[in-house]
Amino acid sequence: MTKKVLIADDEPNIVISLEYLLRREGFEVFVAADGEEALAKARAERPDLVLLDVMMPKMNGFDVCQALRADPEMAATRILMLTAKGRDTEVSKGLGLGADAYVTKPFSTKELVAQARQLLGL
Amino acid sequence: MLNAPVIIAVSLLYLALLFAVAWWGDRRADQGRSIISSPTIYALSMAVYCTTWTFYGSVGRAAVSGVGFLPVYLGPTLVMALGWFLLLKMIRTAKANRITSIADFISSRYGKSHLLGGLVTVIAVVGIVPYIAWQLKAVSSSISLLLSYPEIVMPQRSTTLPVSADISFYIALILAAFTILFGTRHLDATERHEGMVAAIALESGVKLLAFLAVGLFVTYGFYDGFADIFERVAADDKLRQLTTAIPSGQGYTGWFSLALLSGMAVLFLPRQFQIAVVENVNEIHLKRAAWLFPLYLLLINIFVLPIALGGLLHFAGQGVDADTFVLTLPMAQRQEGLALLVFIGGLSAATSMVIVETIALSTMVCNDLVMPILLHIRGLALGESKDLSRLLLGIRRGAILVILLLGYLYFRLAGEAYALVSIGLISFSAVAQFAPVMIGGMYWRGGTRGGALAGLSAGFLVWGFTLLLPSFAKSGWLSDDFLTLGLWGVELLRPQQLFGLSGLDEISHCLFWSFFANIGAYVVVSLLRPPTAIEASQATLFVDALKHTRPVGAALWRGRAEVADLLSLVGRFLGPQRAESAFAAYARRRGSVAGEALEADAELVHFAESLLAGAIGSASARVMVASVAKEEPLSLSEVMNILDESSQLRRYSRELERKSGELEAATRELKAANVRLQELDHVKDDIMSSVTHELRTPLTSIRAFAELLNDDPMMPLVDRKRFFALMLFECERLTRLINQTLDLAKIESGNAEWLGSEVDLKLIIEQSLAATSQLFHEKGARIELDLPTEIPLIKADPDRLIQVLLNLLSNAVKFLPSQTGCVRLTLRVDAEGVEVSVADNGPGIRPEDQQIIFERFRQVGDSMTDKPAGTGLGLPISRRIVEHFGGRLWVESVLGEGATFYFFLPFVQAEVSLETAPA
Repeated sequence: MTKKVLIADDEPNIVISLEYLLRREGFEVFVAADGEEALAKARAERPDLVLLDVMMPKMNGFDVCQALRADPEMAATRILMLTAKGRDTEVSKGLGLGADAYVTKPFSTKELVAQARQLLGL
Repeated sequence: MLNAPVIIAVSLLYLALLFAVAWWGDRRADQGRSIISSPTIYALSMAVYCTTWTFYGSVGRAAVSGVGFLPVYLGPTLVMALGWFLLLKMIRTAKANRITSIADFISSRYGKSHLLGGLVTVIAVVGIVPYIAWQLKAVSSSISLLLSYPEIVMPQRSTTLPVSADISFYIALILAAFTILFGTRHLDATERHEGMVAAIALESGVKLLAFLAVGLFVTYGFYDGFADIFERVAADDKLRQLTTAIPSGQGYTGWFSLALLSGMAVLFLPRQFQIAVVENVNEIHLKRAAWLFPLYLLLINIFVLPIALGGLLHFAGQGVDADTFVLTLPMAQRQEGLALLVFIGGLSAATSMVIVETIALSTMVCNDLVMPILLHIRGLALGESKDLSRLLLGIRRGAILVILLLGYLYFRLAGEAYALVSIGLISFSAVAQFAPVMIGGMYWRGGTRGGALAGLSAGFLVWGFTLLLPSFAKSGWLSDDFLTLGLWGVELLRPQQLFGLSGLDEISHCLFWSFFANIGAYVVVSLLRPPTAIEASQATLFVDALKHTRPVGAALWRGRAEVADLLSLVGRFLGPQRAESAFAAYARRRGSVAGEALEADAELVHFAESLLAGAIGSASARVMVASVAKEEPLSLSEVMNILDESSQLRRYSRELERKSGELEAATRELKAANVRLQELDHVKDDIMSSVTHELRTPLTSIRAFAELLNDDPMMPLVDRKRFFALMLFECERLTRLINQTLDLAKIESGNAEWLGSEVDLKLIIEQSLAATSQLFHEKGARIELDLPTEIPLIKADPDRLIQVLLNLLSNAVKFLPSQTGCVRLTLRVDAEGVEVSVADNGPGIRPEDQQIIFERFRQVGDSMTDKPAGTGLGLPISRRIVEHFGGRLWVESVLGEGATFYFFLPFVQAEVSLETAPA
């Protein structure tokens, strides 16, 4: 069965590149441009994996992550945080809130794909 | 109820109460828990100034001269309120030099002179003994008045009464016994008479209470308030003149002399010196006394005039002496309790004065009169006896008894004579003779022993001639020929019109001539020769008393001495035990353990001398120390050198103080700067973090696209083209970001380059519009211009202004709705400058965002679709550019109705902004 991935980022060009990349890898891709949209799409589509940017308008990635983790129905969903701020505190905060992995921008597409596959058990 | 046994019992009970308070105060002092260490007690004890002369006499004076009694209280009020620093200097000096009386003060200041101390003592005794007599008279009059109750019979002095039947004699004896008990328990000056001070403060309270009680009774019980009394008086032709401000016949000169005289008295009367200076526990107390003591004087004077006028009205034509109104008014109304209270009040006033004055005088007599004579006559023989402290106490006790008996004697002799009645001011005038040498001594280094002797003698002689002798003559003891004809028949030497000076009242006259002689002789004789070594060194101690410095006393002694000699010498006068404990305390202060380890250096000699000074006066102390220590006399030049050194030290220490103050200020500034730096560092961290975030974002896109293109050589051309275009776009964004970040950093650090030229704004606007026309065209937007025809030139950097306008215009375009967009550019000119506005019809900016948009990297956009393509630095840079030219940039917007950005540039820029611009 095709795995569903939700991309949540407010940078249109990053979304474009990720969408292209993940489609090419054979995933079913959804996109969201801010935190609220990301939460809504996640609840609607039940993705297997969410690529979650931290700095987003309306609701930041940490809050989205926390909300998802508080929802028992979303327990199966893996969360991969993306951020341009690579500080240790940010990383540990994300992991502490229940994210499964962390990738800092700019990232290598190969590594990101590998990371995503690993999280999805592929 | 008012019979002899009751009166005597009440009096004795009152005295017993005083003694109990004093005993308790002494006990507490011995335990180290002083009860008088309070500014209120200090101020109250100062009210020893108010004697029976105040308590009974003020009313008497007011009955004759209306408000003429007031200057006697105005003077002290002014001195306390305005001249407290004199008192402070006296306190500081007296404490530093263990000075125990005003005679010692003067003698010590002018080179520790026995002669001078003796002269001061004689003047004080001559001036004060009649004053003590007045107190005896007042007490005995009040007793005999009470005894004749319910009749009011003016006391008739019969000098024929044998002494053994005279009640005043017993009063004098009781007071002497009382004073001896109070005042001569110890010898050491540092041990103040704490119990006595406590009792005096209590007495001040009692006499004030009694006077207020009788005042309230007369004013509100007897009459119907102040207004009632004054209305009655106004109706009486004879009395009316008493209520005018300055009754005729007094004049302003009289007022001035009285105020001056009493102002000096409150400083230099022996009892005031004793209480205010010697008994002062803490100089801080002076602060409260400076207003509390004047307040006391005010309170005790409030009812003087009503009582005087009430008495005159009530006793009109009955021959009742106005001096007795305070007592006779309650008696006339059969107010036995009140009369008794008034009697106790009067007794308080008398006893407090007599006790303190006699203690002060006995100290002076002992230290400055008897001791020098004993030292002189018996010489070293005195030094041989083991313990002289008992002898000293004996002398003081004897002096107390003698002084009081002298007072009694004067009272017996003078009776109702003029010489006694007017003694208050005569006394004050005698004491005022101390003022020139005291004040001069504290502020003028040039005063010498000779000058002080001459000044005091001259002033005293003139006082005796112009005031004391005439008072004797007016009492009928001398032929009054010399009053009218002049001394030896020389008319110029008429005592109360000396050298033809007439038209002054006798007090002003005496004050004028005695001060003329006193100050003249003091200054002239002082100037005749320069101060000797010891005069110069003492002058420094006194004049510089308020300057913080190491005491120079010890530095001015050179010689050899033995510790044992000094110890036994001090022991002889203070008692061996007290001497040993004093030396042990000194040793502890110096840091050594046992007394033997002490070195007999100048410091120790100085310490021993000041210990002795407390007991026997500074002049005698010097003589005694010289008898056991081999002093090598210092020459004047050596003394001057030492004093110079110490003043140099003082200069250095002032310099040091100043420098350390500067250092502290610098440290504070550094700390503040450091805090500011840390804040800035924090801000910089935040900026760096923002900048890296902003840089990583385009880099992420570029890298992702590059990898996608690289991974897939077979990518369809459409995607390939699209990805390259996006990569280029992100590269441009990256470049812009780096440029603007550097630009902002340059502007903020002041390193930006600015051109300053006369700018034509029309040209700037045209160029900006040309550069953005493509943007407008793409969006299908219109632009409207509203420009005046004449636009004055403005001083600015044209490229920078274009940068601002481009930023505002491109921002506006970004938010315009497609096809219907419209931007309106307006320019207004007023007297101060030019205002440019760029208005759009976009979505507008929420109020909470209107400040945020001027912060770095803070863009406001709603969703991915309209995420602005800018860097988030355009507005912060624009605002700084406008501010650089002295203007401001701001936004006004209503949500949904578009936004308008304004900037204003003044014609005249603040100097600062021009200076910060490097060429």
